[in-house]
Amino acid sequence: MSGGSRLPAGGLIDRSRTLRFGFDGRDFTGHPGDTLASALLASGVRVFGRSFKYHRTRGLLAAGVEEPSALVGAGEGGRFEPNTRATDLHLYDGLVAESQNRWPSLALDVGAVNQLIAPFIPAGFYYKTFLGPPALWKLYEHVIRAAAGLGRPPHLPDPDRYERRAAFCDVLVVGAGPAGLSAALAAARSGARVALAEMDSRLGGSLLGDPAQIDGQPARDWIAASETELRTLGVRVLTRTTAIGYYDHDMVYLAERVVEPGAATGDDGIAQRMWRMRAGRVILAQGAIERPLPFEDNDRPGVMLSGAVRTYLDRFGVAAGQRIVLATSSDDAYRTAIRLCDAGVRVEALLDARSGDAIDADLLRRTRDRCPVETGVRPVRALGGAKGVTGLAAAAAGGAASFIADVIAVSGGLTPSVHLHMQAGGGLDWDEGRGIFTPTAPRQGQVSIGACAGRFGLADALSDAWRAGLDAAAATGGRPVADTPPRFEGRAFADQISAFVPAPGVNPKKVFVDPQNDVTLGDLDLAWREGYRSVEHQKRYTTLGMATDQGKTSNLIGLARLAQNEGRPAPQVGLTTFRPPFIPTTLGLWAGEDAGFHVTPLRRTPLHDQHAAFDPPWQAVGYWRRPRAYLRAGETLATAALREARMVRTTVGITDVSTLGKFEVSGPDAAQLLERVCATSVSKLAVGRGRYTFMLREDGLVNDDGTVWRLAEDRFLLTSSTGGADRMAGLISYVRNVLYPDLRVGAANVQEHHAAIAVAGPRARAVIAAVVEGMAPPRHMSLGRGVVAGVPVLVIAASYSGERAFEVYAPSHQAVAVWTALAEAAQAQDGGLYGLEALEILRVEKGHVETGGEIDGRTSAHDLRLEKMLNPRGGYVGQLAQQRPAFADPDRLQFVGVESLGGPIAEGSMLVERPGFAVQGHVTAAGLRVLEEGFVGLALLKGGRARPGDELLAWSPTRTASARVRVCEPVFHDPAGERYRD
Amino acid sequence: MMLIPCPHCGPRAHAEFTFDRPVEAITRPDDTADALVRNLFSRDNPRGHSRELWRHTYGCRAWIALTRDTATHAITDVQAWGAKA
Ligand SMILES: [Zn+2]
Repeated sequence: MSGGSRLPAGGLIDRSRTLRFGFDGRDFTGHPGDTLASALLASGVRVFGRSFKYHRTRGLLAAGVEEPSALVGAGEGGRFEPNTRATDLHLYDGLVAESQNRWPSLALDVGAVNQLIAPFIPAGFYYKTFLGPPALWKLYEHVIRAAAGLGRPPHLPDPDRYERRAAFCDVLVVGAGPAGLSAALAAARSGARVALAEMDSRLGGSLLGDPAQIDGQPARDWIAASETELRTLGVRVLTRTTAIGYYDHDMVYLAERVVEPGAATGDDGIAQRMWRMRAGRVILAQGAIERPLPFEDNDRPGVMLSGAVRTYLDRFGVAAGQRIVLATSSDDAYRTAIRLCDAGVRVEALLDARSGDAIDADLLRRTRDRCPVETGVRPVRALGGAKGVTGLAAAAAGGAASFIADVIAVSGGLTPSVHLHMQAGGGLDWDEGRGIFTPTAPRQGQVSIGACAGRFGLADALSDAWRAGLDAAAATGGRPVADTPPRFEGRAFADQISAFVPAPGVNPKKVFVDPQNDVTLGDLDLAWREGYRSVEHQKRYTTLGMATDQGKTSNLIGLARLAQNEGRPAPQVGLTTFRPPFIPTTLGLWAGEDAGFHVTPLRRTPLHDQHAAFDPPWQAVGYWRRPRAYLRAGETLATAALREARMVRTTVGITDVSTLGKFEVSGPDAAQLLERVCATSVSKLAVGRGRYTFMLREDGLVNDDGTVWRLAEDRFLLTSSTGGADRMAGLISYVRNVLYPDLRVGAANVQEHHAAIAVAGPRARAVIAAVVEGMAPPRHMSLGRGVVAGVPVLVIAASYSGERAFEVYAPSHQAVAVWTALAEAAQAQDGGLYGLEALEILRVEKGHVETGGEIDGRTSAHDLRLEKMLNPRGGYVGQLAQQRPAFADPDRLQFVGVESLGGPIAEGSMLVERPGFAVQGHVTAAGLRVLEEGFVGLALLKGGRARPGDELLAWSPTRTASARVRVCEPVFHDPAGERYRD
Repeated sequence: MMLIPCPHCGPRAHAEFTFDRPVEAITRPDDTADALVRNLFSRDNPRGHSRELWRHTYGCRAWIALTRDTATHAITDVQAWGAKA
């Protein structure tokens, strides 16, 4: 008989209620207050999973978030969550969980064959394999891919919601153990606005399993009284909430489990909540994590941390085993031994690596009253096999001994959790005797107290914490109270020595340091011999500490091994970076509300509903959506687009262009500002006239294009592309405020103030004449003002399609009436609506450049054949940069047209001599002749302006399409502009 | 996430602001080509003191000059910048 069992009494569990759950297809029961780990342990389960690389069986090492081995998948369907620690999963009725890294079952695992070939998977295996012959890698890859990966992702959409909350407090206390509670009480009584975050489901931390008396009452009563007082004082008490990251200026991210992993959510549908807590001061009371001891096969099921064994006993009423042997280098194991014996659990022996005179005599005596204690004894090898340990072989100065045991409880001392302190930019001191780093030199508003500050004694922790709470309150405007701190009388179990070096004769290749990534001391030694002597290199080469537990139990042991190999003190070897998040988090927690439809806010043009009535296929354009085409019965997108394009070429079409960027620039110096923003001349523009314009970036490349209109002597309207509008707003503001703050000019972004409707086609003038009152249709590149359906409008005459065209600007809130009137007038002229696809066909045939297409952030004015329009007087942004030598390179990609000598051209095609030859350019946009036969496109081609007549292949391996094309001028329709000029 | 004291709006989250450039890298159209290349392509990347142009893009939209330590993100000075409205 071996394994854990539930004791008849004790623990913070509700034995009156039974919870049912499943693990790997078997049914189990537990009680409210259990974790999955404690419930399984109570049921005698020893093997919780298999390891990542060698598929060795693994049990529970710990009882908290530091657990490296007992990872499970929890929940079903879309709620399935992999890689959850069984120790950090609080039991609920109906929980369905499964172990990981085993196939086909935990007992019989095919991947375990890796154990047999372990010598062939040494440190750096993957790197070495990559360096090998490529052909061999293809063979390896197949095997590795099948075996790799930790857990499996869910296959269905997550049905739950995730929430983000922004919050503020004077004092944030992280951790509600004795130190955290004491600090929170002091700060709250002093009038500070306090938030207390505890990752466990209840407050108390290490006190939950401690028989200590505080302020004359049992610890559990003191916890309850403290919680009541904190809530009464208005403290925001957050349980199941883990501080996962400490960012700049005291911004701490708190991850709250509203429901347990895999559990159904409540009425609000919220599974998790991310708090972005901005704190005045942050008190870190994260506690410490116990570390294991180095001996052979120390990863076998049954090897557990001493503190964890005590937690299972006191908190959950579970005896971790039937016969327990303890191995230690710290006082912690004595607490465990005493508690086990008092609870009636058989302790075979307590083996202390320290010599007898280094141990408190009273402690030794009290322990020896209960069980055998051997000093100067160190563990050598766990006995037993895949099903768990059966004993421990140990070594003393005088010789060897072995003990029968189904649990080996180990304590290599405590490691302060300095994670958040380090994320906040703090420093560390090295304590050689205890083998720990302690926090120093805080850089932000953080202070560490209690065990995470290396103050392991309860009395110290309580009084330090009290002081920190008062100080934090004082620093944030509170008035420190004169009360006395919580008082603990009794012995501090705190002494420890560093115990990183295994006993003589121990084979380092069998000593596991990082059980989650299967890294042994031998791997660390090999990496060192191969020259990986920086702690960062060692980490990446061996993968030590790179698993989901981020090396909470292993990093310091690895560091000590490196220091030992280097013959240098640990602090000189350095530490790897403590990166957020402190515990693994789900992606949903980070996405928050930004999922599905809410990934980006949808803006609707003033005419959105008019389009939606046709249920068109939409195209995302900037923040908006625009119809790709207005399909009729039986039409495909392509046939509808061609019909609409033909309509524009033969009668008239209207389309919503409200998303265009629009800026109104006014003031005596308006033209001056525009001549700095735009690369074309503006000041000579007559009132009532407009022209095409484009803007450069500071590095001389084309930024965007649009049109500029002189509404009055000192007032202009500037348009730009939809996608470039924010960029343009930034540029205008920068030029206005940073470069030329003295100009007498104002610039307003009126992008959504005006709706804009394009009317294009041979009958566009007739539509304007019929609908707009009080104005004759303006001449090309002129503007006029009139009234449509009682709405005042601005009409500008400019053509994008290559036909006679107008844009009608109306106030957004009155745009529907204008649209309706124009649509009816267009219909009366045998015209109608057209969408983005037709617009693209028309502009390609006309050869207009487009931002995002030919204006791709890499093309100059010359590349785009725009250089003749540059303002000869200069003075605009980007002018100087155009003189850089690179801009004169004749082999630059330049704007050309391409005509197909065969079938359709695929957009994005490479331009090559023949398949596989050097790429000379690419097709930026492809289309077809609207009223004639043939396929055409626009392209950027090396030295293209000098190459009309060249024949190339437009080749798209991804679309498996190709067409022979001839290079030509980039205009296929009405090159002289006779169709719209007056 | 830094907390940036906008001179117009008070302390606001970093996410509301956009970094533009170090103040010394502001280039005018009449600068020399050398200055332009230096400011655009070969800026210093100092560890420590840095005076920078930022914009409260998702707030008041004003430009501000921020003095910041790039290693610690300590902000020691903030000035309003640009045209007087
Ligand atoms: Zn502001």
